Amino acid sequence: MAFGKPDLGSIVPKGASFDPALVNKLMGKFGHGGFLDMEYVGHGADWVELAIDWREDLVADPDTGILASAVIISLMDNATSMSIWTKLGEFRPQVTMDLRIDYLRPSPSGERVYGRGICYHLTNSIGFVRGFAHNGNPDEPLAHASGTFIRIGDRVS
Amino acid sequence: MNDMTSLLPPYARALDMTIVDELDNAPVIGMPFADRVQGRPGFLHGGAISGLLEIAAIAAIHRALRAKGSDSAIKQVNVTVDFMRGGVNQMTYAVGEVTRLGRTMANVEARAWQEDRDKPIAMGYMHYLIRAKPTA
Repeated sequence: MAFGKPDLGSIVPKGASFDPALVNKLMGKFGHGGFLDMEYVGHGADWVELAIDWREDLVADPDTGILASAVIISLMDNATSMSIWTKLGEFRPQVTMDLRIDYLRPSPSGERVYGRGICYHLTNSIGFVRGFAHNGNPDEPLAHASGTFIRIGDRVS
Repeated sequence: MNDMTSLLPPYARALDMTIVDELDNAPVIGMPFADRVQGRPGFLHGGAISGLLEIAAIAAIHRALRAKGSDSAIKQVNVTVDFMRGGVNQMTYAVGEVTRLGRTMANVEARAWQEDRDKPIAMGYMHYLIRAKPTA
């Protein structure tokens, strides 16, 4: 296994309820989540909110300082993915099938971006998610997201 | 790193993306595997794959605009990414195709692959607004 980073399945104890704050400490510390320095903000029964601070090297256009679209995609991918585990109450291996982002406006230079992922429906294998990104006021979203995840393999043993 | 690669945005350079080839008049962007693009252990993060798709899409549309003699800027409206296969510990490539370039908007498709271009790991579908550069 490349880089010997922890496997979530081996860290989250079997039968323990899913703790998005704890899991983000791992997802937000290593790999791409670590590169983006994703931070846990809050969660409810079916949602998780994460945030990324603006950084010069995350910019798509140096003239405007607007964040790269993919930074928002990564943020929404992690937040929506974690909303499924939160609603399920446990970690289950899953992969993103598809994800759509609609940009209402760009995320301005210097602004922290928040992503709230919501799991609105679960079937035996699919998690249906939506969410939105904002700069601190959830009533002024900058992007909306929707997507699906498929759970692969069985329960973590 | 060639001259064109130095034109890639900071985000692309932070993930070590480079222009590695040309395909149907569009730059092929390469991204090496590394911890900073990893999601679950041993696999690329979906967001990093999406980033590669987007850089390829933007490079393709810039090329298409220049070919028309246009210096218009673009503004992204939305993006849909389909994830088809896990990206493993090797080089990943992506190329964009401008399927329609109109006066007000453009449709772009981008494909990401590893060993075999016929086995994409992800596809991206993007809409961009075309905006005339404001005159100084």
